[in-house]
Amino acid sequence: MNFVLDWGIKFVLVLLISLIGIFLGLLYKGFDRKITAMMQSRIGPPLRQPFRDVKKLFMKETIIPDYAVPWLFNYAPIFALLPSLVALAYLPLGPFGPLMDGYGDLILLLYLLAIPAVAMAIGGLASGSPYATVGAQRELVLMMSYELPLAIAAVTLAYNYETFSVGVISSEPVWSTVGAMGFVGFALVLATLLAVMPGELSKVPFDQAEAETELAGGLFVEYSGRNLALFYIAEAVKMIFVGALLIALFFPYQLSTLIDPWISLGGPTIPLLEMGLWAMIADVAFFLVKLLVIIYVGVSVIRVAFARFQINKASYFYWVPMTIIGLLGTLLVVLERTGL
Amino acid sequence: MDLSKTFDKALWVFHMNSGSCNACDIEIVAAITPRYDAERFGIKLVGSPRHADVLLFTGPVTTKMKDRVLRVYEQTPNPKVVLIIGNCGDTTGVFFDSYAIEGPIDTLLPEDAHIIYVNGCPVRPENIINGVKEAWIYLEKLRGDDK
Repeated sequence: MNFVLDWGIKFVLVLLISLIGIFLGLLYKGFDRKITAMMQSRIGPPLRQPFRDVKKLFMKETIIPDYAVPWLFNYAPIFALLPSLVALAYLPLGPFGPLMDGYGDLILLLYLLAIPAVAMAIGGLASGSPYATVGAQRELVLMMSYELPLAIAAVTLAYNYETFSVGVISSEPVWSTVGAMGFVGFALVLATLLAVMPGELSKVPFDQAEAETELAGGLFVEYSGRNLALFYIAEAVKMIFVGALLIALFFPYQLSTLIDPWISLGGPTIPLLEMGLWAMIADVAFFLVKLLVIIYVGVSVIRVAFARFQINKASYFYWVPMTIIGLLGTLLVVLERTGL
Repeated sequence: MDLSKTFDKALWVFHMNSGSCNACDIEIVAAITPRYDAERFGIKLVGSPRHADVLLFTGPVTTKMKDRVLRVYEQTPNPKVVLIIGNCGDTTGVFFDSYAIEGPIDTLLPEDAHIIYVNGCPVRPENIINGVKEAWIYLEKLRGDDK
């Protein structure tokens, strides 16, 4: 009986996390667009613009082209959205630990990160348009490129903590587990992950698969209405997923514990932060700010600063420079750990 | 047609050159620069007619482009609005009576197409944004008809 109740609560919480994930994804997409516009000295759309876009897309007609494979074409957007929503249940979000802690680890998250890209490629191939086919091939090439630096980063973290569990990794910030050499190593690993982030989210400079100017929308060229809205939401939620993953791996700080050393140094106590509920609210707010900073650095700034790479150069960028930087980071961490 | 105010504020625009001299196309690009910044109204240029709510046609329709214009119109999901940018699309302008021209765009599109004219040779970016405002008024009238 207890078992059923336990899983019932988890089911409800997963639904709640999914809804919050979609809301936050669209909100941060709005932030991204507004910040990008401000960096280009434009006014930019209001923060609620992505919500309007999604609502509008659901109002539009959904066309399935004659040459498409209808069931693959229709299921691809759903399979692009679901893994990111599922992954949020395995990630620590602010003061709350991973909901499904012990049921999945970093390896599962890496696979959940790969499924949306595969689903997008399948959707593109199923739409029967040459533009979408080229886009799908580019997406797969890009995926094969960024998976290696991503795996190196994951293995380095797992080596340091001797476990793949995200709950354990996020229980103590990496920076305090190692000395100076390991610190530099993890800084390099973080740089690798930040470079993987725009590729993972198909943002400029790694949006070759969509490439509106060359491929007329690439993967999504035949998608319209409801299906396009699902892809739009999937992209937004994946941004939250990747951001929350980076926070869990590298910046699992909480505001309520972060001020402890300050208080021990003789600073005045903040009474609100010592009460349970207020501490929780402060931690959630701190998490949202961290997410905004990660998305600002990993998506917005890079998006404004760079133009799109050619697909072969993007592939080279991940395979050679980023892999070398990642391996160098791993080497430093291993050297530190083995005491050489 | 189910429209609401949300639809007005999230217009995605597909731009197609149906045989113009390229001047209007450059002015359309000028409308999304920081000076005019059409994105603050939710207007976004998209690469595929499948994503579009508004079709921008520039130029008179040349014989070669006639089928393409009709095909792009059919590929766009409903509800959709057509914005004819420049004098050429409206009256064929300086290309009047040319052997290579199939006539103004509105004579080719289906009769139930929602068309808004934005005149000028070339159109100024201010006028293009004004054309979007006309489209909002048009959509408001359409909503009024539904009730």
